[in-house]
Amino acid sequence: MEQFAKALVSILFDGIAYAMLLFIISVGLSVTMGLMGFVNLAHGAFAMVGGYVVVSLMNQFGVPFLPALALSFIIVAAASIPLERLVYSRLYAAGELDQVLFSIGLVFMTIAAVTFIYGPNPPSIEMPALLKGQWDLGFGRFPAYRSFTIIAGAAIIIVLWTAFEKTLIGARIRAAVDNRTMAQSIGIDVDRLFVLTFAVGSGLAAIGGGLAIEIVGVSPTFAIYYLVYFLIVVAVGGLGSTFGVFVAALILGLIDTAGKYFWPDGGAFFIYLITIAILLVRPAGLFGRE
Amino acid sequence: MARHSDIHQFLRKTERWHPAEILPWLAAIAVFFLLPEYLVLGTQILIMILFALSLDLILGYAGIVTLGHAAYFGAGAYATGMVSAHLGWGEPISGLLIGATGGAMLGLVSGAIVLRYHGLTLLMLTLATAILLQELANATEIWTGGFDGLTGISIWPLFGQFENDLYGRTYYWYALGVLFIVFLFCRRLVRSPFGRTLVGIRENVTRMHAIGTPVYGRLLQVYVISSAIAGISGALFAQSNAYVTLDVLSFARSGAVLIFLILGGSGRLYGAFVGTFLYLVLEDELAKLSPEFWEFGIGLVLVLVVLFFRHGVLGALEDLASRLRSGRP
Repeated sequence: MEQFAKALVSILFDGIAYAMLLFIISVGLSVTMGLMGFVNLAHGAFAMVGGYVVVSLMNQFGVPFLPALALSFIIVAAASIPLERLVYSRLYAAGELDQVLFSIGLVFMTIAAVTFIYGPNPPSIEMPALLKGQWDLGFGRFPAYRSFTIIAGAAIIIVLWTAFEKTLIGARIRAAVDNRTMAQSIGIDVDRLFVLTFAVGSGLAAIGGGLAIEIVGVSPTFAIYYLVYFLIVVAVGGLGSTFGVFVAALILGLIDTAGKYFWPDGGAFFIYLITIAILLVRPAGLFGRE
Repeated sequence: MARHSDIHQFLRKTERWHPAEILPWLAAIAVFFLLPEYLVLGTQILIMILFALSLDLILGYAGIVTLGHAAYFGAGAYATGMVSAHLGWGEPISGLLIGATGGAMLGLVSGAIVLRYHGLTLLMLTLATAILLQELANATEIWTGGFDGLTGISIWPLFGQFENDLYGRTYYWYALGVLFIVFLFCRRLVRSPFGRTLVGIRENVTRMHAIGTPVYGRLLQVYVISSAIAGISGALFAQSNAYVTLDVLSFARSGAVLIFLILGGSGRLYGAFVGTFLYLVLEDELAKLSPEFWEFGIGLVLVLVVLFFRHGVLGALEDLASRLRSGRP
């Protein structure tokens, strides 16, 4: 019995840490798809590139882990701006098929370039001592890195929530997600919002990629392999709904972790079954508007 | 009634064969005599052309965007493979029918559900359906062989006479024959009133509702037909390799067939031929030199196709031809 309780705690811990990772990466995708209506399959590639930026900064330039994470946010966010202005913006009015194919093309190019530079195997980084081993918090011992991921995720959620709900820019973004034409007609510069949210979303994906190195491992194929999970989180949560993304990430993270623990061969089966069931009942996702 | 016969005259006119349409078939026959060492690759290309053709019916004509068409390819491959491996029935032609039935049944069940949705939801539902099946095949190891693949498939000689040889000569003709027959069917189908209805739905679904077309029923019909053809291509794949792995159901395969079709040009049947041929031949040549270079190249080509050549290679050629004809540069 005690062993079962221990397993449950461990699943809960791993599951929540995994959910935070899914949230940090998927939230940008949700806003891109909700605000711009762009099916961006390259979002996982942004996360993967973010992971490799962290690896390079740490292993080649000796930057410590936390500053490397912050820098990878800035680098990927900055790099995504010309990408959005020059190519993505040309396809906002195009159909889903064009967007899907274009972003798959981008994924292929990114995977090939990263494989060419770093090779196909997942790289490793040296974690700071504080994030290694376990934290003894008096009432129990917790795995340090997973605790850190959960705290980082919670911090990002609070910042995002405040920015979304309490600032003027947040209000503009919400208005544009709800009704773009109306927002434009009252003088909101939607194009500028697109750039801003795209950059922030890509930067967050980069942080997620950096955090993922020690949790699931980042290799070039990360861009495709986890893409399906990000898409599921976004579709189940509801486009453009930050809270929905959080709930969906939590559901997916916990079920996936529990499934791998109790039923390693068929665990993933449930995720897709649940995804299909939710989408059939609520085509716009749990918190999306029809 | 005059109107009615006009339409039939128009349909009959489009039914006629253009001389250029004979070229790909002549090329396929020429390959057999001129490049005998490439017949195994050639057979795989023919099978994938058939698969891309099935996608063209729903994507190119009816406008259904799917990220999970490998589900029906895989259903056909596993149906044929399992009947041979577990029941010991390896007759090839009936194997194709088993594959077609497997694909069609899955298409009927999943299509009846997913075709009620559109946009991103449809995209996600098709994607999840295919991966769900892949996970199911992985979990039911006793029937499918799971991760290790389905072995023990033994296919009898074609028509009880023609054993496949080391160079894959028999199967090349077999695949080419099946492709030709299915192609004739598709060609007839898209030029029929039914095919025109599909194009109407693709172009303006509201108007088709307004003139009384049973849109959902038409979409489901073409979805089942397309699934059956995908099932036939899967069955051919299982027979020619005598081996089925989970990879037949993968997202990568669903994505690849989409790329074949878009590269060649969708909604024109021969796009499936051109795109699949170009992709697989270039892959065979370039991936040997450098896999990264190949992957980067195909990615770049996709991006360029979407941005500049929306109608694929055939569309670009048609544009060029019409410009030359009108005498403008």
